[in-house]
Amino acid sequence: MTENTRLEATEMNMPAATILARSDLYHMPSTTVRTPDAEPRSAKVIARNVSVFYGPKQALFDVSIDIPEKSVTAFIGPSGCGKSTFLRCLNRMNDTIDGCRVSGQIALDGSDIFAPSLDVVELRARVGMVFQKPNPFPKSIYENVAYGPRIHGLARSKADLDEIVASSLQKASLWNEVKDRLHEPGTGLSGGQQQRLCIARAIAVSPEVILMDEPCSALDPIATARIEELIDELKQNFTIVIVTHSMQQAARVSQRTAFFHLGNLVEEGPTDLIFTSPGEKRTQDYITGRFG
Amino acid sequence: MTSDERLGLVRAGLAARHAREWRFRFYGILAILAALSFVAILFGMILSRGLPAFTQATLTLDVHFDAAVIKVGERPTRTGNQSHAEYAKAVSDWERKMTMVNWNRLIEAAVREAAPDTKANSREILSIVETNARFELRDMLVADPTLIGKTVQVSLLASANADNWLKGNIDRALPDAQQQLREPARALADQLKAEGKIRNAFAWHIFTNVDSRSAPASAGLAGAFVGSLYMMLVVIVLAVPIGVMSAVYLEEFAPKNRFTDLIEVNINNLAAVPSIVFGLLGAAVFINYFRLPLSAPLVGGLVLSLMTLPTIIIATRSALRAVPPSLRQAALGLGASKTQTVFHHVLPVTYPGMLTATIIGVAQALGETAPLLLIGMNAFVAQVPATPLDQSSALPVQIFLWQGNENRNFFEARTSAAIIVLLGLMLTLNAIAIFLRSRLEKRT
Repeated sequence: MTENTRLEATEMNMPAATILARSDLYHMPSTTVRTPDAEPRSAKVIARNVSVFYGPKQALFDVSIDIPEKSVTAFIGPSGCGKSTFLRCLNRMNDTIDGCRVSGQIALDGSDIFAPSLDVVELRARVGMVFQKPNPFPKSIYENVAYGPRIHGLARSKADLDEIVASSLQKASLWNEVKDRLHEPGTGLSGGQQQRLCIARAIAVSPEVILMDEPCSALDPIATARIEELIDELKQNFTIVIVTHSMQQAARVSQRTAFFHLGNLVEEGPTDLIFTSPGEKRTQDYITGRFG
Repeated sequence: MTSDERLGLVRAGLAARHAREWRFRFYGILAILAALSFVAILFGMILSRGLPAFTQATLTLDVHFDAAVIKVGERPTRTGNQSHAEYAKAVSDWERKMTMVNWNRLIEAAVREAAPDTKANSREILSIVETNARFELRDMLVADPTLIGKTVQVSLLASANADNWLKGNIDRALPDAQQQLREPARALADQLKAEGKIRNAFAWHIFTNVDSRSAPASAGLAGAFVGSLYMMLVVIVLAVPIGVMSAVYLEEFAPKNRFTDLIEVNINNLAAVPSIVFGLLGAAVFINYFRLPLSAPLVGGLVLSLMTLPTIIIATRSALRAVPPSLRQAALGLGASKTQTVFHHVLPVTYPGMLTATIIGVAQALGETAPLLLIGMNAFVAQVPATPLDQSSALPVQIFLWQGNENRNFFEARTSAAIIVLLGLMLTLNAIAIFLRSRLEKRT
């Protein structure tokens, strides 16, 4: 697809004025089909030409995207398409994998997250993460939530810490279920409760961005519904990026959706548009279930 | 093919499949039974031979501390004009005289008193009493000088030969020339036993005495036991922290490259090096080069630490590898540093595994003999080491030494008794480890 047709494709859906209002994104040479929001938000995370290599194998090809502030952005795509790999770039969790190399730029609030002066510990305090499988620490519920604030020195006193733990559990809508057994092990909770505990643990550090890597894939539909409600509430205070295999989930919780395929960002745009009139054939094929 | 035919084929094969499974299970059970019976035979033989060695024939005699025999005055006291050296000399003279007293006469008299009609002569009488009995009498009198002229009931160990005769460890039908005791002595032992003046008493001295050659019945394991404890201490202080730290560094922090691969291969190779080679290394490095003392538990502990390190490193690394990566990711994702992740989250869940690694290593070190022979721990040492730098033996080496002495091994069953003590120590260690591990696992 040439640059020309791509621009036409986006112009079909959006007023040209809005497209060009804020970002260089829509002027970049790229094969990605992009559709801006009708009322664009300012970008919290800006990624440009991000490529990831596992040893000699390239897993991600020149991904560029803006992630808007205080909203939910969903990454969808078939297994192995690079969506989780890209998500893990945003808080540099790929650093922990041997033989993994990242090129390109990612900026959080305009500052480069790969800059040598930036401490990765500080980055991860600002960009929290919730994993696919609930992974509470084998400690008490209280200790799980208190751990982040404690290592970052966020609480000045025991009362402070208690307050942070309580409010984090409340924000994760887990407080009523666990307030009487804060000192019991976190691993004794049900799967859905454990995942909410992990969300509480992540928000206890008051991050600006929360990355969620298929947070509901190990949960039953009722627990999934609760997490989705929670995500909807959390977006008022946090910027959320969620990787999901469920297109219904992306449609339910996200404001913007990005479709990845074979390591490429194929299309990104407002969720309702992606699901009703995608600009790319591959996107349409995927969301209608023809592959993936 | 109709569905009935197909079903018939499946059924025909099914019988063979079930038979194969049944045979496999049968072989498995057979293998386990064989292994269990070997263990049972081993333990049965050791216990049946070794347990009787924990009781020994003991004489109960009324010994008269005859003033006519003990012609040594009272312990000298320091007079005003005596220098310290003069006083010390007087005391040592007195001690020498006390030792020179013919204590055996007192013992002989006491035995004759107990068995007035014996035909045994004095040599034969004394041959049923352990040779160090006279020193017991001396020590009693030194401790309590008022005993002189009195008659006191004393328990004295029977000699090893008498003990063997009474226990039947030596065939009673053997001709006189092949017996260790002469006929009148054997008759005397039997008579005293029948009258209850020789009884089988629990041999506490196996735990409190050191090894002895001149008085084999009184030989004990105290020196070897303390030597082994010191070596365990050295291993725990040196090998455990170094091994655990190395494993944590290699597994959690070290980059994966050719150099660390080489280290890993070498650690695995070290674990397979025969232990006697470590003994040679210890003799060459610690004794020849660093001039550390021979036969010292410190050197033994150093050698055993070298030998145990690879075991501890390998076991700890496999414990660390078993920690799910999700736990590390959870901590890293929260912004914990690498060190915080390891020390706050990974290590606490590996404590049970590391404890097991430690116990395996220490137990291996405790039972090791070969390297200790090369650093002189097979010397005959008749003292309990006060520090790890004193000369000492070790439990397995003591077993080896007694095994080489046909009396000690075949008739007195000392070897089996020492094996029981060693096994008991090992089982205690393992029991502590299992207890601690189950407590740690409950906590997490």
